[in-house]
Amino acid sequence: MWRIFHKLGSPKWFFGIAARFMPWLLAGGLLLLMAGIIWGLAFAPEDYLQGNSYRIIFIHVPSAFMAQSVYIMMACAAVVTLVWRMKLADVFVKAVAPVGLVLTFLALFTGAVWGKPTWGTWWIWDARLTSMLILLFLYGGVIALDRAINDEKSAARAVAVLVLVGVVNIPIIKYSVEWWNTLHQPATFKLTEKPSMPAEMWVPLLLSVLGLYLIFGWLACVRMQAEILVRERRTRWVKTFVTTGKV
Amino acid sequence: MNAETRPTVRLVRSSVGALAAMKGVFARDMKVAFRQRQDLLNPLLFFIMVVTLFPLGVSPEVSFLQEAGAGILWVAALLSVLLSLDHLFRHDFDDGTLEQLVLQPQPLFLLILAKTMAHWMLTGLPLVLLTPILGVMVHLDGNSIAVLCLTLLIGTPVLSFIGAIGAALTLGLRSAGVLLSLLIIPLYIPVLIFGTGTVAAAAEGAPVGAYLALMGAFLVLAATLAPFAAAAALRISLSNG
Repeated sequence: MWRIFHKLGSPKWFFGIAARFMPWLLAGGLLLLMAGIIWGLAFAPEDYLQGNSYRIIFIHVPSAFMAQSVYIMMACAAVVTLVWRMKLADVFVKAVAPVGLVLTFLALFTGAVWGKPTWGTWWIWDARLTSMLILLFLYGGVIALDRAINDEKSAARAVAVLVLVGVVNIPIIKYSVEWWNTLHQPATFKLTEKPSMPAEMWVPLLLSVLGLYLIFGWLACVRMQAEILVRERRTRWVKTFVTTGKV
Repeated sequence: MNAETRPTVRLVRSSVGALAAMKGVFARDMKVAFRQRQDLLNPLLFFIMVVTLFPLGVSPEVSFLQEAGAGILWVAALLSVLLSLDHLFRHDFDDGTLEQLVLQPQPLFLLILAKTMAHWMLTGLPLVLLTPILGVMVHLDGNSIAVLCLTLLIGTPVLSFIGAIGAALTLGLRSAGVLLSLLIIPLYIPVLIFGTGTVAAAAEGAPVGAYLALMGAFLVLAATLAPFAAAAALRISLSNG
């Protein structure tokens, strides 16, 4: 187990492994996401109350779900950065922060598009919406701090501290719909309960969440590989990789 | 800046207890601040000016000001604390005092706790003391002003503690001021929501005990955890140079 742990510290090893996994992540992710979205958009039954407009949840829920997951993953990586000084953890945080930002924006945007026909308004200062907006700011802050510090090591650790401080927002987002009496409905999926909608609705939703997870994995690998190449540009293995294409 | 206006910290003996060290840091920060009184006045003037902008810019109607007054004062206080955070570590960083603090045998987070408390005494507390006057100017009733002062009394130290993390993270960076705001404002939002929520509840005649208890919980959480984060951030920023 410790050997894997040590190997994970080596960017070169990760670069090779990532290259092997990436096609599978992309293929699996696209397959699940397409299946989920096509099923959800074209074949799932209409909602008796909202009609067809509810179908945006097949995009809204996965992106909102991922936006929070990505932050939690970043927080775990931040702990690893601070405790074990592992280079890859820091590469991960730097690579996925913009992805998280885009996902949060997507969640807010699709939410607004869905809110217009359903609630009659694009935006409302509701607890869930506001805490997602704070999450968007936090991602922005992480990216801004990272860009502002020139020294790579200090940037990594400073960003890690900031990410960990921002974790306080995650439970607020999660429980905002339960603590406050808000317009936004409670969580769609819970581990402990049966979903409150019919299987023809939640199965495609689950497929698209899983698909987006895999796509995110692929995207994280691509971005981490690029970041590793930049950071290790002076090493011999990067030079041979660039010239011969072999790791 | 010469040595006369900026006294050094003398704690080098490791036999000095942590509490004595905190006292030393606190007393020194107060002394430095009172030797540059203008710096103390600036955030207060800023606070008053921001509050002035709202009646002039939005509406001087009594009904509007009564409704929005507490929020205006809270936002102005928040911005004023944000503006003063730059002073928390900057001068000590420039003249090397901060490095001496980090080298002290006493735990760094306790020294930061003392520094942050001094910062609050010098910025947050004067804001609270000024609030009743501005409260009258935005036509808040007596009860609302009292509750507003209470929320600011509990809330501004939270702002100082959270702000210390941001100030430590952005120490010595280009355009630190804007960056500091970007990092810290998202974390200030919950404090603002509960601060103004308390006053709104009081205005409706609802009991505010639960709100105040929640704000007290924020304060306890910030005072216990933020110094650790700020100490870690400070070490990172110092090793950066």
